[in-house]
Amino acid sequence: MKDVLKIGPKEFSSRFFLGTGKFSLDKTAAAIEKSGTEMVTLALRRANLGGEGNILDYIPKTVTLLPNTSGARTAEEAVRIARLARELGCGDFIKIEVIHDSKYLMPDNYETAKATETLAKEGFVVLPYISPDLIAARDLVNAGAAAVMPLAAPIGSNKGLLTRDFIKMLIDEIDLPIVVDAGIGKPSHACEAMELGADAVLANTAVATARDVVAMAHAFKLAVESGREAYLAGPGRVLEFAGEASSPLTGFLQD
Amino acid sequence: MQTMDVTKLRVDNTRPLMDEVLSHYDDYDFSSFTDADVLRALEKEALSPEDYAALLSPAAERHLEEMAQKARRETACHFGNTASLYTPLYIANYCVNHCTYCGFNCTNKIHRAKLTYEEIDRELHSIAESGLREILILTGESRYHSDVEYIGRACEIAKHYFTTIGIEVYPMETEEYAQIQRYGADFVSVYQETYDRARYKEVHLSGPKADFAYRFNAQERALLGGMRGVGVGALLGLGDFRRDAFAAGLHAQALQRRYPHAEVSFSVPRLRPYINNAENNPNDVHETQLLQVMLSYRLLMPFAGISISTRERAGFRDHVVGMCATKISAGSKVGVGGHDEDAKGDEQFEISDPRGVHEVERMLYARGLQPVYRDYIRM
Repeated sequence: MKDVLKIGPKEFSSRFFLGTGKFSLDKTAAAIEKSGTEMVTLALRRANLGGEGNILDYIPKTVTLLPNTSGARTAEEAVRIARLARELGCGDFIKIEVIHDSKYLMPDNYETAKATETLAKEGFVVLPYISPDLIAARDLVNAGAAAVMPLAAPIGSNKGLLTRDFIKMLIDEIDLPIVVDAGIGKPSHACEAMELGADAVLANTAVATARDVVAMAHAFKLAVESGREAYLAGPGRVLEFAGEASSPLTGFLQD
Repeated sequence: MQTMDVTKLRVDNTRPLMDEVLSHYDDYDFSSFTDADVLRALEKEALSPEDYAALLSPAAERHLEEMAQKARRETACHFGNTASLYTPLYIANYCVNHCTYCGFNCTNKIHRAKLTYEEIDRELHSIAESGLREILILTGESRYHSDVEYIGRACEIAKHYFTTIGIEVYPMETEEYAQIQRYGADFVSVYQETYDRARYKEVHLSGPKADFAYRFNAQERALLGGMRGVGVGALLGLGDFRRDAFAAGLHAQALQRRYPHAEVSFSVPRLRPYINNAENNPNDVHETQLLQVMLSYRLLMPFAGISISTRERAGFRDHVVGMCATKISAGSKVGVGGHDEDAKGDEQFEISDPRGVHEVERMLYARGLQPVYRDYIRM
């Protein structure tokens, strides 16, 4: 069976999404190529579309664009940015980011759900970025999200899967692809998320701030593939305690 | 969504719950699982349907102790050291179904009866004096003798004495469940008996119970009617008990997934194997297999309640409570009435543990468990 990730109408064979903020443009093309990614995010507020240094010139046409609504502080602003992205030819995929906390940059799950509902009705393929919260994720399912993007740790922190147990709840309970986003600092973190059962991982800072950006993009590709394969293979046992000869709990049975 | 999926039960909300659950009925050959499959399943935080099937397999019988160890940790993690106490009250035993395995079946010449509202009040009063605050009200399945109004009024009376009121009666319409809920009940148990449609047809010869789908969807209607929780279960030994326990687990899991607010719990009635016939039937459910099913339910849904009734002997019940069971009945009578005065009607089955509330309570304390009488505030 072919292992493909389906989001909205599209199928992806790569499960690594690359963020394109924080890069120097000249590294972008090589990083995208070496990462094997088929989906890259794009901060609309930063993209100088149609002008000088247009990032779209560096992104291969075979790669799906995932414009994000960064900069939006409310659902309404996110909706406006999304519509603008579509008008500018970025397609129907949209990552909702609504943030009005400048210290921790934590997403507003409630405003995000509102924006998701509006945009899903307008035919967008909506990927909301949230704090991993099961109840919020259920709301997003009802709102018509195409995937859910929980954060692993504060954005840009490179701290790894701090929210592991909460992301696991989403993996177990939500019938949409779970794309772990934000806080992934190293390929081993990405691998861990994939082993846990995440459907895909997004990284940006970790790649963009590496000494060798292109090599790190490739390292992430391998880590995500490795984690996915391990997940599909079904992890083996880790012995918690030695075998016990007697049967202290089941010795009472009378058949 | 993924095209390959190895860990999750995916619930397709566009499909009826029954189609979703029954489509998996024959997914696994239980004899094909190995010891390694079982041990691997025991390492998982969350079980896939395949892991769950492995725990129900014959191979897992060799690992009951490991399953019990893990189940006890899970039970303690979700329920602490508590065990809830309840008792059943049969208010009528008229039945219009012909089920080949049941003592209440309509062709069986037993003494039929129905309590009056005054008798129900006396019975409930007498039960409440023992300290119990959770009651399960049962009838045989006869809409004629025990209509919705009658059951509802019984719940209304029960509300004066009890904080948690469950019903185990015939399956109803959503609006009827809503009506009963307004009267005061908030928990509905309906057992599918077997999830094997062919076997179901063989043993349900006549009566409304012969409608497999209507029964299957009862829990969903109950939840839509506003009930707080529902109980599921198979009558183990009626069909292939491994498949039936597998399906019951998926049924419970699918309900919980579709209605995340619902409290879903299991009961584990079994048909006892004939004595001295142990070698003959691979479907026989001895204590070993019964425990295996209970442990599998626990490991599949660590947060779900599991009740252990007085169909089982004291020595079994005492050991499973706290390990996997979370609810234990006490002072049970399974004739019609019988708490305040002698039973008016005959019993559905023979009980194996006649101990009263205080004896069960003493047992729980002796085992380091805390008896819980009420854990719900009715709004």
